[in-house]
Amino acid sequence: MNILELCRVALTALGVNVLRSILTMLGIVIGVGAVITMVTVAAGAQQEIDDQMESIGSTLISVWPGSRSRGGVRSSGNWHVMTESDGYALKERISDITAAAPYLRGNAQIVFGNSNWSTRIHGVNEDFLVARNWPLKEGRSFDTTELNRGEKVAIVGLTVADELFGESQVIGQTIRINNVPFSIIGILSEKGSNDWYDQDDTLLVPIKAGRTRLMGRTGSGGDAVHGMYITVDEEWMMDDVQDQIKEVLAERHRLASGDEAFSIRNMSEMIETQLEARNTFNYLLSAIASVSLVVGGIGIMNIMLVSVTERTREIGLRMAVGASSSNIMNQFLVEAIVLCFFGGLIGVIAALGVSWGISSIANWPVLIQWYVVILAVGFSGIIGVFFGFYPARKASLKNPIDALRTE
Amino acid sequence: MTEAIIRCEEVDKHYQIGTESIHALSGVSVTIERGEFVSVMGPSGSGKSTFMNVVGCLDTPDRGKIFVDGEEVSGLSSNELAEIRNRKVGFVFQQFNLLARTSAWENVALPLLYSGMDKNTRRNLAVEALEKVGLGDRITNHPTQLSGGQQQRVAIARAIVNNPSIVLADEPTGALDSHTGQEILDLFVELNQNDITIVVVTHELEVAYYARRILRFRDGEVVDDERFPESQLQRRLA
Repeated sequence: MNILELCRVALTALGVNVLRSILTMLGIVIGVGAVITMVTVAAGAQQEIDDQMESIGSTLISVWPGSRSRGGVRSSGNWHVMTESDGYALKERISDITAAAPYLRGNAQIVFGNSNWSTRIHGVNEDFLVARNWPLKEGRSFDTTELNRGEKVAIVGLTVADELFGESQVIGQTIRINNVPFSIIGILSEKGSNDWYDQDDTLLVPIKAGRTRLMGRTGSGGDAVHGMYITVDEEWMMDDVQDQIKEVLAERHRLASGDEAFSIRNMSEMIETQLEARNTFNYLLSAIASVSLVVGGIGIMNIMLVSVTERTREIGLRMAVGASSSNIMNQFLVEAIVLCFFGGLIGVIAALGVSWGISSIANWPVLIQWYVVILAVGFSGIIGVFFGFYPARKASLKNPIDALRTE
Repeated sequence: MTEAIIRCEEVDKHYQIGTESIHALSGVSVTIERGEFVSVMGPSGSGKSTFMNVVGCLDTPDRGKIFVDGEEVSGLSSNELAEIRNRKVGFVFQQFNLLARTSAWENVALPLLYSGMDKNTRRNLAVEALEKVGLGDRITNHPTQLSGGQQQRVAIARAIVNNPSIVLADEPTGALDSHTGQEILDLFVELNQNDITIVVVTHELEVAYYARRILRFRDGEVVDDERFPESQLQRRLA
């Protein structure tokens, strides 16, 4: 008897009790559904995180003055000011740093003609766009002269450009930032918005121009900054570089050991916090999936045992007309496998629907992992073999005489 | 024409029920030849069912030898017995034992499924067998759409589809009214005339009289072996 023949016999037998077959499959449906939903959603979430990392930069370290607060109380007694020269010192002393971009940050009202727009502005140096991995869409970056002399030139983010100029020409136009005229030399490419804010709603000026003309943070040696972005060559250097930054800053500011006057964070740490919440969700789904698969398997076994008992006469008859023990065994085993297999298939379809729903609510891509789909359906077949084996063996060991005599 | 289809030599079979040992068969030696129509009679517990089981290769004897169509079957494994049943024995049961929700031809073709024939061959042979029992027009009907007599005919078709050496019928008319029962017995007579060896186990004398030979069992032994020279049809009419 070939496998097709066996499947046909199994389908006929299962068709006799359609409702029972469907109910029996339910455990497997839920189990397989949960597994695939879990993996699909996790992959989608991971993709989303990877995209964010990509846009922020996975080798990016952010440094700013002031320590992270502990229970709302700042642990450092003194306020240390971070300066532009800190940035240059770091770049000089730590060889793995590729870019160090101290910046000033503030808000400003921007006016062009009749339109005006309030946005974040950054006073930046030549390393800023490198550090943020942020290419220009149009125009050019600041040149050395403009940076050194703090000339009144600006690069606008895409949102600002759209809000102020719409479809019209942007490069070369003069805008007023807090009433100071600046001419636009470039437009940033789209960075997208992350969970917190629209990154394209920004405007860049040379740091010197920002300090002298817009933000007026001139105290404390005249080159104080709000923070700095630092990038390293490779992701694996991150921890080491962070330690070195801490050392250099401590030395330059004569900090006592344990005085965390500066916060040094990398972006992946921040994003990983978000990931943890999603992991909890995944653990929950894994638990549901495994419990459901086991319970589903037991359900299959239960129904197969009932079926074997109910069909004792059929077994006896088949044996009388020449079915060997292995024929009978295969018949019931294939029935269990077919049940599980269809359960798995329905589970896959349900899971694709649910994943699609979750993804569209959470707004991340649906990433169907086909290997998981194949694996899950295959695994449900294995459950069929595992839980179907005992009933099938029980059927195959029946004595045809007694089986035929059963009422 | 004395080719032995069944040869039993000093066959013993006993069952243990609780603490009691029951000798279902003790020292049974019987030979059934090709083309015979034999009735096996006896009260319940006489060993006639056990006789049918060992002759039909559903069971093995404790002692003695059994040959089916020249092949010794005593001492074979259960899988080897299954194969012998498949090739050489056809069964007809009191309760028909047809598979529900399965068409007549598929029921008939069931033994062929286990001899590994392809679907077309199975169907052709099944239809042929159904025609032999007069159900050539009912090949796709399900058992529930057939009368009791028709169901038993399907069962008989199933018993002969593999062209077996012997057909064993256990109370084949037990679940039928007497008129339908007679039709079934007539069918057996007709099949027998076409050279099929038939053994009918029954406790009804009217049924037994269709055969040309009656074996009577009592307490596990053959107590009487009676042969009738004249044809059974003549006897029935008499």
